[in-house]
Amino acid sequence: MAQAPSTKSHTKAPVPGAQTLERMLYYLKLTREAEARIEQVLYRQGKIVGGVYVGRGQEAIGVGSAIQLFDGDVVLPSHRDFSSFLIRGFSLREIFCNWMARSNGPCHGRDNTLHIGDMSRGVIPIISHLGDTCPVACGVGMVLKWRKRGNVALVHFGEGTSSRGDVHEAMNMAAVMKLPIIFICNNNSYAYSTPTEKQYAVKDLAVRGAAYGMPGVKVDGNDVLAVYSTVEKALRRARSGDGPSFIECKTFRMTGHSAHDAAEYVPRELFAKWKKKDPILRLEKLLLAKKVLNKKQVDDVDADVKKQVDDAVAFAEASPFPEGADTLEGVYCDDGCWWKNTPVE
Amino acid sequence: MAQLTYLEAIRQGIWEEMERDPSVFLLGEDIGVYGGAFKVTAGMLEQFGEDRVVDTPISESAIVGAAIGAALMGMRPVAEMQFMDFISCGFDQIVNMAAKIHYRWGAAVPMVIRGPAGAGVHGGPFHSQSNEMWFVHVPGLKVVAPSTAYDAKGLIKASIRDNNPVIFYEHKYLYRRTKEDVPAQDFVVPLGKAAVRREGSDIALITYGAMVWTALEAAESLAKEGISLEVVDLRTLLPYDEQCVLSSVRKCSKVILLHEDTRIGGLAGELAAVIAEKAFEDLDGPIVRVTAPDTPVPFSPPLEEFFLPNVQKIADAARQLAAY
Repeated sequence: MAQAPSTKSHTKAPVPGAQTLERMLYYLKLTREAEARIEQVLYRQGKIVGGVYVGRGQEAIGVGSAIQLFDGDVVLPSHRDFSSFLIRGFSLREIFCNWMARSNGPCHGRDNTLHIGDMSRGVIPIISHLGDTCPVACGVGMVLKWRKRGNVALVHFGEGTSSRGDVHEAMNMAAVMKLPIIFICNNNSYAYSTPTEKQYAVKDLAVRGAAYGMPGVKVDGNDVLAVYSTVEKALRRARSGDGPSFIECKTFRMTGHSAHDAAEYVPRELFAKWKKKDPILRLEKLLLAKKVLNKKQVDDVDADVKKQVDDAVAFAEASPFPEGADTLEGVYCDDGCWWKNTPVE
Repeated sequence: MAQLTYLEAIRQGIWEEMERDPSVFLLGEDIGVYGGAFKVTAGMLEQFGEDRVVDTPISESAIVGAAIGAALMGMRPVAEMQFMDFISCGFDQIVNMAAKIHYRWGAAVPMVIRGPAGAGVHGGPFHSQSNEMWFVHVPGLKVVAPSTAYDAKGLIKASIRDNNPVIFYEHKYLYRRTKEDVPAQDFVVPLGKAAVRREGSDIALITYGAMVWTALEAAESLAKEGISLEVVDLRTLLPYDEQCVLSSVRKCSKVILLHEDTRIGGLAGELAAVIAEKAFEDLDGPIVRVTAPDTPVPFSPPLEEFFLPNVQKIADAARQLAAY
């Protein structure tokens, strides 16, 4: 029988150990620095062609969820979950090569941004038809359930995407089949220029969990510890065979939809309001107050992430572009896939 | 060797692949206890269990998406569309997700989407379509359309073993009307290879699916008038066997392209272009198309009869072309 849904915010977050807290801060800062370089430097310099979508302000969702995944788990991130890729083992060098259309990026120049997948690292990327990964997560969940190793699939999508039929088909199928899936809605308040009141007519999307027979919970998406504990409960439920959960992470997109969008449709006071809830400053303040880290250590993290991004940019800039005729390769996976085929065992 | 219907041959092919490879599993609507709307999966739930014969909600996009996810996890899903008409509801997952994954980031997506297509059984506009060209235009997919029971078994087995997303068109008119000896032992019919069903010398007739039988009947009748038709069955529509098509055209010097699908954007148009580009010098007459008109598939028997190509229409076209 389905559990009674809860739309209460989880405020009593259990604090993870010091090591996990440090890792969280590190990945939050690395994500922020990398995306800032992409959006505010490389794109403006014309070194990144095509669309640029970043998750400034909503980094806590990817970090608070992906950081607790195990080997064998599979994450299907959205285009604003940069941190999920880092946590699952993609290097900044690989990621920057992909953004800069180089031949040694994981997509070999065939696809851009964070459309990066690798089954050996348990990452299935989005396509631009947002929400299509939700049914794919169902297939992943079916196989994970059959293998009985307690693994889960974790799929992210935005509140705008939540209007798409694929999301609904997938949530229904996952609930019917009791699949080990966490549906995470990154509710960042704007789908391109469309605010939530024009996107859906309920107060909280979390109530939709109940409609499918799964727990639906909302959480402060700018509080990495709250995200962590909420996802942890859902993971425990999924790993023990009790089926899927739906988590709505309330956050705010501190940029336009993409780098070319000045977001003039967003009232300025909203940026000011949400800036005060910045997930990185909040965690940093907490770690300093609890003496998990001192000021010098925080400064060291800042210097380290900057250095890493510098290295990745230099590496990508020195990397070759693919040859035009490479476009003809690898349409089919015949006679062995042409570059790799590494399903998660 | 046992005589099998086209439907039984598909069922036997799937069954054997399920026995041979534990990564093969089925998903779709009403395929378990009920055994599928046409009974292709009858008995499979009892034999293989509910983890390998998965009844789903009515959600074609979720069915296709789940097949993709399972394929990425190393499985070989075979998804049933109750009617191929309903594949439109899973279209996005097929053309944007399944077809492009290998090209984009290198993973294999070994999956089959199969189901009944085609007209001739008064199914009306939503149970009779030949919508194969929706997918023939998509790089990364393979599209298969068997015409015989032997091929149906051999091609479904090859499709299941293929590392790419395969759309497998079963012609529902043939399900119980076509029967032949089919070996009980393991065999495959390779994807991408056409078959010459009848040798001829005057006109190369290129077709596929149920129209192969209509073409053969027309060829038999025309032979009595001294017109020799060579009938080529494409078997796989993407990638199609260009070499076989061109060699038949070069041999006969005249060509009729026949399909049950509607005309604009049908496979005949593509083949006509290839023949014009590569075998123009070998032609002794215009490239002729015999196809359905550009309308939805109508329901009422006289309308559907008017819609479908038949022996008469083929014979008329062949006589005109022979006299050219």
